[in-house]
Amino acid sequence: MLKFTDEHEWLKIEGDIATVGITAHAAEQLGDLVFVELPESGTALDKGATAATVESVKAASDVYCPLDGEIVESNQAIVDDPALVNSDPQGAGWFFKLKLSDPSAVNALLDEAAYKELIA
Amino acid sequence: MNTDSPLKQTPLHALHVSLGARMVPFAGYDMPVQYPAGVMKEHLHTRSAAGLFDVSHMGQVILRPKSGRIEDAALALEKLVPVDILSLAEGRQRYALFTDDNGHILDDLMVANRGDHLFLVVNASCKEADFAHLQKHLGDTCELTLLDDRALIALQGPRAESVLAELWADIATMRFMDVAEAALHDVPCIISRSGYTGEDGFEISIPAASAEDVTRRILEHPDVMPIGLGARDSLRLEAGLCLYGNDIDTMTTPVEAGLEWAMQKARRAGGAREGGFPGAHVILRQFAEGAGRRRVGLKPEGKAPVRGGAPLFADAEGKVPAGTVTSGGFGPSADHPVAMGYVDKAHTANNTQLFAEVRGKYLPITVSALPFVTPTYKR
Repeated sequence: MLKFTDEHEWLKIEGDIATVGITAHAAEQLGDLVFVELPESGTALDKGATAATVESVKAASDVYCPLDGEIVESNQAIVDDPALVNSDPQGAGWFFKLKLSDPSAVNALLDEAAYKELIA
Repeated sequence: MNTDSPLKQTPLHALHVSLGARMVPFAGYDMPVQYPAGVMKEHLHTRSAAGLFDVSHMGQVILRPKSGRIEDAALALEKLVPVDILSLAEGRQRYALFTDDNGHILDDLMVANRGDHLFLVVNASCKEADFAHLQKHLGDTCELTLLDDRALIALQGPRAESVLAELWADIATMRFMDVAEAALHDVPCIISRSGYTGEDGFEISIPAASAEDVTRRILEHPDVMPIGLGARDSLRLEAGLCLYGNDIDTMTTPVEAGLEWAMQKARRAGGAREGGFPGAHVILRQFAEGAGRRRVGLKPEGKAPVRGGAPLFADAEGKVPAGTVTSGGFGPSADHPVAMGYVDKAHTANNTQLFAEVRGKYLPITVSALPFVTPTYKR
């Protein structure tokens, strides 16, 4: 199941684990990324807390935690090569995996059609 | 600045939009921050081929001596800048600074001797204030005009000369900081061999009515790519050049900013026209004794960019303040983060290890010689 937030994140839901990244739209708006900082595994985060920081040539931006949960894995590949986020934002450019405190909370997120409408 | 007023447009606005630029407000103008290629490619293209910038938002000012003698305009302008304008030969340009009574910097600018007048290019955000300042102090000796009917573009990079040589063969005879008049596509232009990227290149003043046509034709050349403000900033930062409002402002002096080179001998202590500019007592004293702080290059040791405003410390715990970053970002050509800022005089030596506070962490950052890339000016 693929869900989206109005903060331009996508979540791929598998059981109680959400793989989280930023949308192609967000990656395009940010421009060429040169730096990514990710949360460590084991970090518990509330919805809306700063989970990651991305920097383009021009500016720094925060990536927020889309739901309450605990970080179980971070994608070292985008730390090593931030350009992956620009080239494959909704695939190899994923950010982290979040073990959801309340898996039913995903129902409140946007589906793909609603997100496309948001950015149209 | 009143942010409610509608954004102004340069004569090239429609061209930017047609090229797919992302437009942002800058100094009261709706300006391209990047084109579809993106900041990284635009930056690297400028250093490897040629990048074309719209800098029409900057102020172009003509200063014409009422006496008809250019020396009178030069001496009048010297009352406002710590720079030797009198010795500036016809067809030559020089960097200058307007200072205030405290020796602080009101703006930085370019001054060209165009034979019967001086031609000034000032920052967009300062142009009205600069013009009022000039009018107030030079109005009795000079006729002043803030041109609103000319665009200004820059073509920068190692291929800039060959691109323009196809339009005007003599361009190759120009040296760095020469200024000449020439027709490009039959349009009379004022061309200077200068820029804001650290690359060889040119700035071209074009009558507004013909600006889009001339610019489109230059962009047709396969070596040329349009470049937005994003890459303009990363290019000038790698080149160690100050951005007015960030790295120099009404809180900094030319000596603190490390711009002593812009003050020629004639205006320094013991020179033929020593002092005689606003804040001379402060600036000449700092010249002799040094200032308490100084602008330096800063190289973050990690991969994280360190942005303007980040506090600097002498220790990794953030206990001993050492200065502030004024500009910082990623340097696409340097291939690492680059920054500059002001540090207390105890910490100005190259290779001094400092720490920058970024998101609550103290990241190692090293005082480094500027620029981060080697300029390729054709002297």
